[in-house]
Amino acid sequence: MAINVIKAGLSTTVQDLGRPGFYHIGIPTSGGMDMLSLAAANLLVGNTAGDAVLEAVFMGPELEFTVDATVAVTGADMPPKVDGVEQATWTSFRVKKGQVLSFGFLKSGARAYIAVSGGIDVPVVLGSRSTYTLGALGGHHGRKLDAGDVLPVGQGRGAAEGRTLPDGLRRKHGMPAELRMLPGLYWHRITEAAGERFFEDTWKVAPEADRIGYRFKAGHPLEFVPREQPFGAGSDPSNIVDACYPYGSVQVPGGTEPIVLHRDAVSGGGYFMVGTVISADMDLIGQLQPHTPTRFVKVTMEEALAARADRRKVLDGIAAGLA
Amino acid sequence: MKTRYSFGGDEHIFVECDEEMSLEAFFKGMSITTALREAQIKGVTEICPANASFQVRFDPDVIAPEAMLSELKKLEAAAQAAPSTLETRIIEVPVFYNDPWTHETGQRFRERHQDPTSTDIEYTARINNLDGVDGFVATHSGAPWFVSMVGFVAGLPFLYQMVERKRQIQSPKYLRPRTDTPRLTVGHGGCFGCIYSVRGAGGYQMFGITPMPIYDPTQTVPYLRDFMCLFKPGDIVKWKPIDHAEYDHTVAEVDAGRWMPRIAPVTFSLSEFQADIDGTNARILEALNGH
Repeated sequence: MAINVIKAGLSTTVQDLGRPGFYHIGIPTSGGMDMLSLAAANLLVGNTAGDAVLEAVFMGPELEFTVDATVAVTGADMPPKVDGVEQATWTSFRVKKGQVLSFGFLKSGARAYIAVSGGIDVPVVLGSRSTYTLGALGGHHGRKLDAGDVLPVGQGRGAAEGRTLPDGLRRKHGMPAELRMLPGLYWHRITEAAGERFFEDTWKVAPEADRIGYRFKAGHPLEFVPREQPFGAGSDPSNIVDACYPYGSVQVPGGTEPIVLHRDAVSGGGYFMVGTVISADMDLIGQLQPHTPTRFVKVTMEEALAARADRRKVLDGIAAGLA
Repeated sequence: MKTRYSFGGDEHIFVECDEEMSLEAFFKGMSITTALREAQIKGVTEICPANASFQVRFDPDVIAPEAMLSELKKLEAAAQAAPSTLETRIIEVPVFYNDPWTHETGQRFRERHQDPTSTDIEYTARINNLDGVDGFVATHSGAPWFVSMVGFVAGLPFLYQMVERKRQIQSPKYLRPRTDTPRLTVGHGGCFGCIYSVRGAGGYQMFGITPMPIYDPTQTVPYLRDFMCLFKPGDIVKWKPIDHAEYDHTVAEVDAGRWMPRIAPVTFSLSEFQADIDGTNARILEALNGH
């Protein structure tokens, strides 16, 4: 019951719904950056929503199956192929023992989720199979996949092939991207004019965009409200006494390029934050390619909770459609 | 000290106990987060004490953000009335100061440093008016340090010196961060010390290295078998200067699975500390010697 990794892709890791509960000692939750697509891929192959899958960024792996399995690929639009024959995304298909799963070029989005019936059966560490590469923890030996790796696959009945999600429930990759943000944290450190411009500007995803965080550039530098720096904070006006960083928080080192922390977040540090991207839009970030034009959209807590409920409805719809 | 609450999106509340760092601000955060942990409020998923602040992650589908906020404010009021003591432990950390590995790394990134002509330890000694490397080591290892936060990466402790502000060692971070720092480097930035739990990027001054692993995801180091991270916020650290021979010996003992750190339980009282810093520190250090 295994998959042989022939080519690993650019950065392919084992992920599930994450490892909450250890952020206070610097271990982030990890897990799929686009949780909705991860859950959908699992449900398509008859797994539970939180089984471990492969997350492949920008480029797919090449995998030889040593066992028959049902597979589904969701998230980024990156066409899967079985022995060279293209398969539909967001749809389950069979891969027979000895066949090779490979991928065509990425058309849109950034991260594809590859679910296999039975799930990727790496050991559970601190309650999760997710990979946290910075801490060499979880997943397949705490790292991204390499050619030659052998991945264990769990026992699973496997759903029928041809199960598919209606178009309305699939991830859309819109342009320009809009990330809804609740201002707060150290928002008071920048001037009113700088705050207004922050939301007016169209930012661009920088090449430094990974599971730890997404950096954005091309907006105006932020102007700070003058103050004498507090003891222990450091001399730059963007410095604070090192504090914990929320998931989705938007820090702006030096006031120049915002960084949105994601599932493998550094848990804390000494940079001020202007607010937090709402939970409903975290999945979306994982599908942004470098250079994607992006706007931050100011929302209230009420709007954040409504968006959260909407996302829950989509997830419930996916589960109901595939029950 | 004025507590400031702010929502971090729909899943976090960020609480700043004070804008500036102090033992009092840290202690306030510890008191409230300890009370919060004991309260076992449904929907709370992460409780993260930090230096002069703390953060709570919650599930807004279980507890509404406003309800979470009012629970925290209640706990803040209760914590102010509670006695300011902490049942904790003191951990001795051996340090090979001025070691060849952090020295070599420092030289490799010298053009990113404030003073390319000296070493990190010489530079920090000079700007803190300490008598060279020896004077620096005596001051750095003389008084205990509080673990005021664990994080950035897995298991990395931030440490705060348990002396009055004017006696604290302070140093700027590198002008530009290094892309490499040896694992287990003892570093310092601003008023905080740290131990780099893994190899990687870093901007803190580098003073030495400890042979004592503090993070082990494989859980093979005997004292990290139960849990992979050694430090918790609230721990107290005593640095113990060691030489090259003892460093090598300790590394060999660690590798053989024979070495154990010296750890003793200790009670810390903030009011006792505020009344008599040196006396309180002496009593805390005695706990290590079995008195």
